[in-house]
Amino acid sequence: MSAALLRVEDVVAGYGRPVVGPVSLDIAPGEVVGLWGANGCGKSTLLNAIAERADLLAGRILRRPGLVIAYQEQTPVRLPSMPVTGRELLRFAGASMQDMPAAIHAVSGRRIDRLSGGQYQLLCVWAAIAGRADLILLDEPTNNLDPEREALLLEMLDPSRLTRRDASSAQTVSDRGVLLVSHERRFLEDACSRVVAIA
Amino acid sequence: MSAIDLVLDPLFRLPLITGLAIALVLPLIGALLLLRDEWLAALGLAHLATASALLGLAFGLPAVLGAPLGALAGGAFKSVAGARGNLAYGFMILFGWSALFLIAANTSLGATLGHALVDGQLYFAGALELIAALALAGLAGAALPRLMPRLLRARFFPHDERANRLPAHRWHLSFDLLTALAMAIGTATVGLMGAFALVLVPAWIAFRIAPGWTWTLVICALTGVGGFLLAYLAALALDQPFGPVLVAVLIALAAAVETGRGLIGRTRLKRPPQVR
Repeated sequence: MSAALLRVEDVVAGYGRPVVGPVSLDIAPGEVVGLWGANGCGKSTLLNAIAERADLLAGRILRRPGLVIAYQEQTPVRLPSMPVTGRELLRFAGASMQDMPAAIHAVSGRRIDRLSGGQYQLLCVWAAIAGRADLILLDEPTNNLDPEREALLLEMLDPSRLTRRDASSAQTVSDRGVLLVSHERRFLEDACSRVVAIA
Repeated sequence: MSAIDLVLDPLFRLPLITGLAIALVLPLIGALLLLRDEWLAALGLAHLATASALLGLAFGLPAVLGAPLGALAGGAFKSVAGARGNLAYGFMILFGWSALFLIAANTSLGATLGHALVDGQLYFAGALELIAALALAGLAGAALPRLMPRLLRARFFPHDERANRLPAHRWHLSFDLLTALAMAIGTATVGLMGAFALVLVPAWIAFRIAPGWTWTLVICALTGVGGFLLAYLAALALDQPFGPVLVAVLIALAAAVETGRGLIGRTRLKRPPQVR
């Protein structure tokens, strides 16, 4: 499968019965690929099939060997009481705080159950982006975000953040990718290097 | 003889050290159970432990050895069957309770010994109970630092394990078995409700006031050990059964913390805005 992180070939996915497909797409290192479509067209189901949470009814999904996936669902887990700070959450997620946007850094010392929905959403997206994952799956990450935070999310999805420092040299290599689901076409066009429409 | 003299009496040293080890470990496990929304499972496991301890006693096995058999079986079943949620734990409690009193009624031990296990028989703790409690503390000390980051990650990012085909059942089963063992040894020493209170109340207090996870663990440990020492002294001084006194002390601590929070909240609301 050449250098692609993930290859989706004629995939039909669903929960017992087909919800989406057939769909084909590749995600190459350094790419931010958007999945666009109307509500209910099966964008999240395709993401779930990649994360092995939905049934793969036809076709195949090929992963680069050793691929590590971070999956951020539409609504992050929110418990009634969560005595965990943002910093601790990032540590558990194996995410770095280096180059973290100031707006997230400012609230990272607080308990996560005392953050607003938008602050928590951004923190969880950062946990996925700044972690060890090679492929980051984001399902409707603009949920709960006001226009200001949506701009911050755009900044976080900048392809420069997908680079990693090569262990053998000081050079940075772009070896990670993002697959992003949203029903907001404009956001996808701003954030993604490529948008795939799901019928 | 004063309560302090009694505590320092060599006869009471073993129960004191045994109880301290239990009071340190159970609240830490309780913090994870509360975060996983599985605190009711502790009560189910405690009932199973009590029933199997009683059954073990009928066959001449010490309670501290008999109790883990039922609890570990329950913990393994819970993990393998994926039995989660209040409904599953409710059935576990009912099964354990029914088995406990049926065994008590149909063996020579009678209901008295069953009640002794429910109330706790800390003052009868000997070398075997001490070894079990210290072994539990050692096991928890070795396992929890490894399990905790994985369990917290699984709680907040539940789909990453499956997406990355990780052998998640290993750490979930390990934690279930550690919980079962802790509840069994706890039940056999501080009693069924005492062990359950040590799991639930310190963690509940910590979740209310801790500024983060590290502090949650610190507050759990301090509340568990502090509550245990207070109860130990009070039960000796007032000549009361230990288990109910421990539960009462922990509930009083919880009430004090909640009252303190309420007062602080009211003071903040009443304070007039500062004019600069």
